[in-house]
Amino acid sequence: MSTNYEDRPRGGGYDSDDDDRRPMGGRGGGRRMHRRRVCRFCIDKVDLIDFKDVRLLLNYLPERGKILPRRISGSCATHQRMLAEAIKRARNIALLPYTTD
Amino acid sequence: METKRQYEVVFIVDPTVDDEVAKLTDNFKQVVLDQGGSVTKAETMGKRQLAYEILHKKEGTFVLMEIEGSGREIAELERRMRVNDRVLRYITVRVDEDRRRAEKLKGRRTAKAAKRNAPGSHGRRGAAVEFAESNGE
Repeated sequence: MSTNYEDRPRGGGYDSDDDDRRPMGGRGGGRRMHRRRVCRFCIDKVDLIDFKDVRLLLNYLPERGKILPRRISGSCATHQRMLAEAIKRARNIALLPYTTD
Repeated sequence: METKRQYEVVFIVDPTVDDEVAKLTDNFKQVVLDQGGSVTKAETMGKRQLAYEILHKKEGTFVLMEIEGSGREIAELERRMRVNDRVLRYITVRVDEDRRRAEKLKGRRTAKAAKRNAPGSHGRRGAAVEFAESNGE
């Protein structure tokens, strides 16, 4: 899932067999590489994120109740913005927590 | 400039007065109508657990209304909700602009898809496929 934050083993360096690596993705040269994450919302062609859709929003709210950052979820800027807005609205009307315990 | 605005209003009613929800909703509807707005949708989302306590209550009945109007009816509606102690919380979201934007994006996407699938097009993928087909592959 989106929370799966995997570390690639080091030492491999520039691995040409690594087909997960896209030309645009590995800016860091031969350093640590992550699987390129793509925006779920772009794939599903979402134009609008509804603040009432608690089930969806919960995917982007880890235990602590903070909004999952883009570097982990891989959402694009546009969708992350919509998502953050929706989560904040949902929090306002007690559909989602501001914080847990 | 007299375009109608669309709003989504969600409010939470104290669940201990559950039988009053319908009455309250009708009441609010009337407020909107009196101010010259129109209610396109009014539905109860049911009783739900609140994510955090509001006035020491752990549950609430959620009601969703969709309203169309100038904005004056929203001001009055919000004033009424603020005064009413049965309403634990409310939120108003203006949705017309975002919906219009979504509609536009959708339209653009379908137009693009149609272009790509149209015969004789020079769309990126279409061209490649045609080329392959013309080579008898």
